[in-house]
Parts: sequence; structure tokens; C-alpha cells
Amino acid sequence: MKDGIVLTMRGICKRFPGVMALDRVDFTLRKGEIHALMGENGAGKSTLIKVLTGVYAKDAGEIHVDGVDEAISIRSPQEAQSYGISTVYQEISLCPNLTVAENMFIGRTEGKTVNWKAMEKRAGELLDSLGIPARPRQQLSSCSLAVQQMVAIARAVDTDCKVLILDEPTSSLDDKEVAMLFRLMRDLKERGVGIIFVTHFLEQVYEVSNRITVLRNGNLVGEFEVDKLPQVQLVAMMIGRELQNLSVIKKESGAASALREVRYEAKQLSSTESRPFDFYIGKGEVNGFTGLLGSGRSESVRAIFGADPVTGGEVTMDGKKIRVAKPLDAMKNGIAYLPEDRKRDGIIAELSVRDNIILALQVLRGMGHPISRAKAEEFADEYIEALGIKTASSDTPIGSLSGGNQQKVILARWLLTHPKYLILDEPTRGIDVGTKTEIQRLVLKLAEEGMSVTFISSEIEEMLRTCSRLIVMRDRNIVGQLTGDELTQSHVMHTIAGGGGDNE
Amino acid sequence: MEEKGKLRRREPITDTQLLMTITICIFVGMYALAILIWGGGFKKPQMLFDMLNDNAYLIIISCGLTIVMITGSIDISVGGVTALVAMVGVMILNGNLHLFDGIIAAWGLSESFRIVFALLMSLLIGLAFGFVQGYLIAHLEIQPFIITLAGMFFARGMITIISVDPQKGPQALMDILQKRIEMPWLGSPNKKGVIIPARMEIGVVIALVLVVLVYLLLRKTRLGRSFYAVGGNRQSALMLGINVRHSRFMAHLLCGLLSGIAGFVFMMHTGAGNATNATAAEMNAIASSIIGGTLLTGGVGNVIGTFFGVLTLSTIKSIVTTSGLRDPWWQSITTGAMLCFFILLQSVVLMRKNRGKK
Amino acid sequence: MNKRKSKAIGILKNSQLLVPLIAILLLVVFNLIRDPGFFSVGLTTNNNGDPVLQGNLISILNGASELVILSMGMTLVTAASGGQDISVGALAAIAGSVFVKVLKSGGGISAPVVLGAFLLCCAVAMAFGAFNGSLVALFNIQPMIATLILFTCGRSIAYWINGGATPTVSSPIINAIGSFIPGIPIPTPILIVILMGILFALLFRFTTLSLYIQSVGINQSAARLNGINSVGIKLLSFVILGACCAVAGMIGVSRLGLINHETLLINIEMDAILAVAIGGNNLGGGKFKMIGSVLGAYAIQALTITLYAMKVPSTDVKAYKAVVIVLLVVMGSPVVKEAAGRLGTRLRASRRVGAGKGAA
Repeated sequence: MKDGIVLTMRGICKRFPGVMALDRVDFTLRKGEIHALMGENGAGKSTLIKVLTGVYAKDAGEIHVDGVDEAISIRSPQEAQSYGISTVYQEISLCPNLTVAENMFIGRTEGKTVNWKAMEKRAGELLDSLGIPARPRQQLSSCSLAVQQMVAIARAVDTDCKVLILDEPTSSLDDKEVAMLFRLMRDLKERGVGIIFVTHFLEQVYEVSNRITVLRNGNLVGEFEVDKLPQVQLVAMMIGRELQNLSVIKKESGAASALREVRYEAKQLSSTESRPFDFYIGKGEVNGFTGLLGSGRSESVRAIFGADPVTGGEVTMDGKKIRVAKPLDAMKNGIAYLPEDRKRDGIIAELSVRDNIILALQVLRGMGHPISRAKAEEFADEYIEALGIKTASSDTPIGSLSGGNQQKVILARWLLTHPKYLILDEPTRGIDVGTKTEIQRLVLKLAEEGMSVTFISSEIEEMLRTCSRLIVMRDRNIVGQLTGDELTQSHVMHTIAGGGGDNE
Repeated sequence: MEEKGKLRRREPITDTQLLMTITICIFVGMYALAILIWGGGFKKPQMLFDMLNDNAYLIIISCGLTIVMITGSIDISVGGVTALVAMVGVMILNGNLHLFDGIIAAWGLSESFRIVFALLMSLLIGLAFGFVQGYLIAHLEIQPFIITLAGMFFARGMITIISVDPQKGPQALMDILQKRIEMPWLGSPNKKGVIIPARMEIGVVIALVLVVLVYLLLRKTRLGRSFYAVGGNRQSALMLGINVRHSRFMAHLLCGLLSGIAGFVFMMHTGAGNATNATAAEMNAIASSIIGGTLLTGGVGNVIGTFFGVLTLSTIKSIVTTSGLRDPWWQSITTGAMLCFFILLQSVVLMRKNRGKK
Repeated sequence: MNKRKSKAIGILKNSQLLVPLIAILLLVVFNLIRDPGFFSVGLTTNNNGDPVLQGNLISILNGASELVILSMGMTLVTAASGGQDISVGALAAIAGSVFVKVLKSGGGISAPVVLGAFLLCCAVAMAFGAFNGSLVALFNIQPMIATLILFTCGRSIAYWINGGATPTVSSPIINAIGSFIPGIPIPTPILIVILMGILFALLFRFTTLSLYIQSVGINQSAARLNGINSVGIKLLSFVILGACCAVAGMIGVSRLGLINHETLLINIEMDAILAVAIGGNNLGGGKFKMIGSVLGAYAIQALTITLYAMKVPSTDVKAYKAVVIVLLVVMGSPVVKEAAGRLGTRLRASRRVGAGKGAA
């Protein structure tokens, strides 16, 4: 192994049923560098990390670490640790009820007893040397998320750590906290630790890293030095052009959309999770929020639906002022919302496909007016047929369906309520190409029938194909609205990247 | 949104310490108030010792339950195990279990060796319950509530299976077991002006020693800390390299062992084996642990708090009796109200904690 | 016809009802072997000269009535909140006390008075249920802890309501509720259970309660995003359980003709939870089948009656019950199921290999 290189991964392949999650991916980490690993959803970032930390077994390829002559095989996180590979996950995996010092040392000390004095002294020294603003005897849950993250890092680097993996460490931190974390990362870099920084925040990558590796659809796009890679080019590489030759879907012209009556309008709408924003959609219009993950696009539509507590703003529907404080309010006003996280917010896993389909309509009809079994059966069969949902029967629990079919069921649930305004947040994530196209076609068909649709997707190609207007978001703010001729990949990317282009 | 105020340094007090401090303060305040208002009985140290004498077994059970609750589990068999052990112990003492008579005759041991056998059996029965329940819960991942409910049924059923009649320990042996430690310096004069020394039973010493031991276990050992980690977040504990199954198993094993010892102490106190021994002890122990600042959700709690929890419960009962609310229902109604107060208090503390986590 | 049969078998095979049905079947077979006449039902004349049904089967069905009613309510609470109410016995005692209190307060005991007493005890029990429910739904307290409060003091409240006495009530109407209505040979508690069953069936048929409770229990976040008020649903499940407690308390009081706060339906909370678990319902909440809990309750009662018939003293029954419970839950344990599944696959695989060799 060459000098200064702490980790090499060569030709890593990992196959899951039906997908090639990683296809001959190479990755090299040098001593004392911060190496950003980038890519959109499903690019293979987390799969690569999990292979490296022994959570998944690789199907092919070699991993070398500094100090070991032969290729190593890693079978568990513990084993990864023994090679000096430590990971700090996005979901902080520490115990909130224990003190900071304990969280740093529990599970890795020798002996049957705990020497609190020595442990707290050692913890104090380590925290001080890393400049982490926490006290050893403080309960972890009383620290901010950033500090908790840093405690996790301190725990990781206290072992003989050569490779430190930070998996989306900044996604729930504010600017100050991010700055604090970056200081710590630079400090560790100086000490010669190689850091793999997984993130989707462009600015942060440019601020702190030396090198970038980009993945897309399980393939390696390339490894670049940060200085030599303009942001626009990075965005282009991440989002890329869909290689599948999808049939062309016809889309209305920008001019037509300008003439539409306004269906829904929000002024300075804000929620606990989103900053105030203005937004409108016309009758029969398809528009979309775009931006990278974490840019605030999901939070904005959640605010429209009342999914997060709404904190302010005025909302009108078809010219009438309405109040949306909770999801039921939105539903009663004809707004439907297909959530981003299907597992967490969408499906009721153990219930049947039929019950999942009728759920929203049922709630709208009220508790005293249940849909009869026969009627439910009819609705379910109708939509199973119409959307081509592949299920053994309408009695099958939705949890046993494939992702794409689950998504269609949730879509059916909302279509059944005949909404005036349909919000689709990442409806095509994690589902196969055929279903993706079907859903896109459906969206356009619904719009033709007069429904307004807001569409969110990580894939710009997809958005360009379906939307007549794109609202571009960056760092939780709307930074541009694109219509007509502006709806091209390069325009969108420039606006997202913020460099040049026509923003604001 | 998190404001920057979150980064300021807080006093390093943990939830466990906070809840425990609240309990101790309330106990001390309540007792002081009782002395001020009703004086009399509450002024005599013997009042406190009576509480300890009567509740020594409950203190031990609650210690075990606290351990289990810290890991986020529950054990409702403890009262049954205590009662079963007490019954078996008395039967050994008065020679109703012939196996031990045989051993004593064969080895030519003195009668007082019965006490040793009774103690050994107590530990053995406690460990057996702990082992089986711990295995089923930790390794087969069955709901603790159901398993320990079955444990309770089994223990209570076994009591009546092994003996139909209430049993009484022989006086000679009970005299040894019920020896009291007299403390003349804490005595108080009776009506005739004679100083009656304060009396404490041996069971109280055992209970206090166990409280200290369990405290040290929870505070100073790796195993003890792993209980907290498992209760705090089982998934994280696993990621931090803790053997979660082993920890959960050990917690139930220890709880079983402590119930066994509690049974022996109960027998020392009452000298009787009875099917209704230690009735509802499991719920009293859960209530004591909760009042002492242990959360059923796991990860937070302390035996010192539990110890004061037991005392608080028993003080409430004394106060209710002393204050003239002599109707029998007031004791449990006030206990319930107190429990409600503590549970709501903890809920508020929990919500505060969760808000910090966003 | 054939199709329906195979469908029925398919449903059974995957059903959560398998365990309680097997339990009941084993008990039936065991008893029939032991005593072929065990389940014979006879018609005798009671003290009032009315013809009444008698036999082990009747005493199982009759004796389980309160348990069945409580386990119905417990099923809903378990499904919605993912926890159990341990105060049902105490709450039934409170309801019983209120019932008796009203009966004793007025002049004579007439049908309207009994009805009024029942309505009032229902209201009180539902209010206490709402108290439990609000602790759980609004303060996010684990159900078992929240209901520990009433468990601790409920029976004393019952005692207090009756002013420290254990009053007796004797009236033909009470007798009719507790044992037999003249002219009807079936014990009234069984009829009340059937009535409750019909009420729940109607409730599930004409409201969306079942769907809502399951949605909240399985995925609270998704339920909220579909406009379901999860706090209200949890609260409602506790209130319904409160009503069940009132009915069970009334039956319990009427059987004996007196209210004893200490012994009325003592420890029934444990059996009710057990019935829910044996019925194959997940104690962690979510999908439920009320019929499972009902079968579970009857299985528990059948076990008890069987043990009585075997001359096991009533105090010893618990120990045997414990063994059966452990066997049932070990059978239902996910770890055991998985291990059994793996073993099954391996056996099948080895057989296939063996067959392959044979073919070669």
C-alpha cells in the first residue's frame, strides 16, 4: 500500500434482490483528508459504508487498510473497529440517559468495575483536547444534538482510529453547530485521521472537504479534488441524465399554465420545520419543488398539508380563505399528501391492502359512516385494477407488497378521496423504472382532468418531464422559480448549485 | 428550531439524580411536617424503625424490581416468590419438609442448621425463578409481563400445593431469627418514664446491606451500567458493544435472587407461612420504585431513591392513620393520589427531556 | 363448497386464533377422555321451580362471563395503546359499589331503579376509564403505570362509596341478572355476554372504530397523517373498557347479591390480559381480533373448571395455569417460531436432497 493511504476499496460489488446496489466501486482514503462521499438517494452511499463497516457482506472486491498486508474481510462493526474503522451514524447511537463520559467509554473498558474518577478525567481531557463543549458528568440528553454527535465522534477517535466515517452528521444541526462540528473535523484531520464525510449539502462539502467521490445508481462516477470541480458539474454528476430510454411524455406549455385559475395559494406559510414561504398552484397545473435532499422541499409540502405544526401564514383554496392546522383540515379542503417516508408515514403495515386504500376516504366520511365491506371491496378492486397493483388479493397485508406496489396503494388511497390538490413527495423513490413511468403518466392524466399536482423527486429528469413550473430550494429557502424555456437541466442545476444561473 | 442557548453548560445533574433528590426532599419534608403537626409518635425514632422492621422485605423486593425496571422490563412475580420462599422456609424450620429432616438426622446436625437450609433454599428458589424468567424474557424474547405473571401464578399456586395449612415457625428457632438489635441511645420513655430502647430487626440490617450492595452494583460495575444502557436505548446499547441479552437475563436473575432473600427476611419478621403472605407486594414494590424515581420506560432509577420510596409510602400510611382519617380506605386512596402526583411529575420531567432531544 | 372449505382451512392455518382454538380443543379432548360425560348438559329445576340448564359446559360459559366482557374491552385498549389496563378489577368493584349504592338508596328495587343504577355505574366507570385514558393519551404514561394508580386505590374507593360496609341486596331482579330469568333456562350472564358481543359487532359494523384503533396501534404517525385523532381514539378505548368494567361489576354483584370490595373480581385483570395474549393479540398493540380474546377467556375458564373437576383445590389452580400459560407463550414466541421455521426449512431441504439423490 502506498504511503499516506489508509484505506483502499477496489471493485466492490453488492447485489440485493432485484438491484445492483454497488457495481465495481473503487474508493481511496488518504491520511489526514476529509473525503466527501456524494450521491442522491439510491446512489449506493450507505451501502458502501455498510460494506466497509461489516454490516453487509460484499459480493466482490477487495478492502485494504494501512498496516495490514493482505486484503481484509470485515464481518461486523466490532471487527471494523479493530481495524481502526469507526462510524458515527446520523441517528446518534448513544444512550441518552447516561452521562457524556459513560457514553464515551461504556462497552469498551476492561474489568468488571467502573472507575468513575479515572473515566471522567480521561473523558474531560479528551473533550478538552477536541474542544467539545460538554462536561463529562453531564447527562447526554441535556447536550444539543451537535454536541451529542461530537461525543460520538470523540468515542470513535479515542480508539486507535485511522478511518472515521461520518454518516450525514449535519442533517439535523443548525449553522452554528455545523461550524463547531467542522472545527472538530479539521482538528482530527490535522491529527492524521482520514475522514469519510457522507452528506448531501453541497456548500458544506466545499467548505470542509479535500476530495469528493461521486456515486450514482451504484456506479462510481469519479473521484475529484474539490478545487477542480465546480458545483454545477458536481450537481450534474450526481443527478445525471437518466440512461433509460423512457418514452417521451407530453407536457403542457408554459404559456398555458400562466392562464390558469389559482387553486391553492399560501402566503408566508411556515411550520415548526419550515421557514416562511409563498406558494401557489393553478387548476390542472403540475408543479414541483426541487432542490437537493435536506433543502427544505419536503418540509414545505408538509406545511401545506399541516403535517407539522403550522406556525403562521395565510392560505386560500379556490379563492376562499381556509385554515389548515392539522392533516384532517387539509383533507377536508381537498388536499391529499403522499408522504416521503412510506414506511414511517404512509403504510399501516399489518392492515390489508383494502383497508389501506379506503383509509383516507373513510376518515373523511367520519366515524359513523363506515364504508361497507362490499363497497370497500369494490373500491379496492377498482384501484388495484386501475393502477395495476400487484397483490395476491385485497386481503393481503400491505407490508408484504413490494415498495412500488405499496406506493401505488397509498396513491390509490388518496385518489379515492378525489382530491382537488394532490401532493406527491418522492412518489417514485425506490421503485422500478416501469412503475416510475406509470406514475408520471398518471400525474399528467390527473392534471388533464383538472387536478392540481405538486410533485417532488430527487431526479430532475423526472421533474422536467412532468412539471410545468419548478420551485427551486436551497438551504431551506426558495431560490428560484423556473417555467417554460427555463426548464432545462442546466438551468435547474445552476439554480440548485447557486453559482451563476438565474436565481432570485 | 434549536436556539443557541442549548449549548450553554447545564448543571451536570442526571435525570436519575434529579428524580431521586425530589423523592428524598419530599420524604424529609413530609416527615418533618408530620413531626410538627402530630409530634408524638413521629418524634420517637422507634416510629422510623417500626417502618423499617415492617418493610424490610419490601425494600429488598423493590431493589430487585428497580434493577429490572432500569433495564426497561418488569417482574410481577416478586411478591409470589417472596411468599413461596417464606412458606418453604417456615416448613423447613418446623420440620414439615422431610427431606431436610433426613439430612439433619443423617449428618447429625443441630436443629439450628435448619436456618442455614432455609436460607439456602430461599436463595435457590429465588435464583430458579430468576433464571427461568430471565431466560424466557431475554433469550426467547417473550413479554416480561406475561412470563412474570405466570411466575406469580406458579409461586402462589405452589404455596398452597406444598401446604394447605398456615405454618408457624418453632419458637426456639424464631427466637434466634427475631433477635432485635437494641439501641438504648435512640430510646424514648414510655408512659411510666422508663426508657424503651429502639429496636431494629436483623432483616433491616440485611435490607440496608443489600441496598448498599445493589447501589454499588448499579453504580460501580460494568454490569450495573449496562443495565442503564439497555434501558436507555436497547439498539444503541447493542451498537456500543453491550451484550443486551446477557444484561437483561442478569437483571431478572438478580431480581429473582433478591425476592428469595426478601422471602427469608419476611419469614424472619412474621415467623409464619401463609397463603396470603406478601399480598400485592409486587404492586407496592412497583409503586415504591416509581415514587423513588425509577421510570418503567427504563434507563432511569436508583435504589437509594427506591429505599426512600418505600419509606415515603409507609410514612403516608402512618400520617393517614395518625391524622384521624381512621376509615380503612383512606390509606390506599392517599397512596393512589400520591402515586398519581409522582407519575405526573415524572411525565413532566420526561417531556422536558424529550423536548431537548427535539 | 369445496372452495369455501379450503379457504376456511387456509384462514385457520395462518390465523392468530390457532393457539386459543388448540388450547380449547386439547381441553375438550382431555376432558372427554377423562370423563366422557363431562360436557353433558342437563335440565334441572332450581329453587324457584324454574327449569335451568346445568353441567360443566354451562358453568364454563357462565363463569367466564365477566372475564369475557373485560377481555373484550382490554383487547381494544391493548390494540390502541400498546399496553394493558391493570385496574379493571378495581374499576369493576367501584362500578359494583355504585350500583349497590343506588339500589340501597331509594325505596324498593324496581326495574327503573336497577336501570338507573346501571346507567350511573356505567357513567362512573367510564369517567374513571377516561381518567386512565387521559394519563395514557395526553401525558404519554405507559398504560400499566397509569392504571397502577386505580389498581392501588380503586378497591378502597369502592369501600368508601359504600361507607365501609359490604351491603347485600336481594331482589328478584338482581337474582335474575345474576343467575336466571324465570322461564329462560340459560344463565343470564351468558345472555349478557351475547348481548355485549352483539353490541361490539354492531359497533364495528356501524362505526370505523376497529379500523381507527388498529391504525393508531400499528402506525400512529401514518394514522395522524390520514386525519385520525390518535389521542381521542386511545381515550375512547379506555372509556369503552370502563363501560365493560361496569357491566362486569354489575354481573359480579348480582351473582352474589352483595358487594365485597376486597373479593369482587379479584385478580381478574391478570386473567383478562392473559385472555388477550392467548387470543393471539400482540400485547404491543396493533391488529386485533376480539374473538381471539373471547376464545382465550373461555380457554382460561375451561382450564380452571377442568382442574376443579380433577379435584385440584381452587387455590392450587394458579400453579397449573402458569405452566399452561408458559407453554402457550413459548409456542407463540417469535424466536421459537423462527427457530422452528428454520428447522422446518432444513428438514425439507434435506428431504429434497435425499429425493434428488434417489432420482439420480
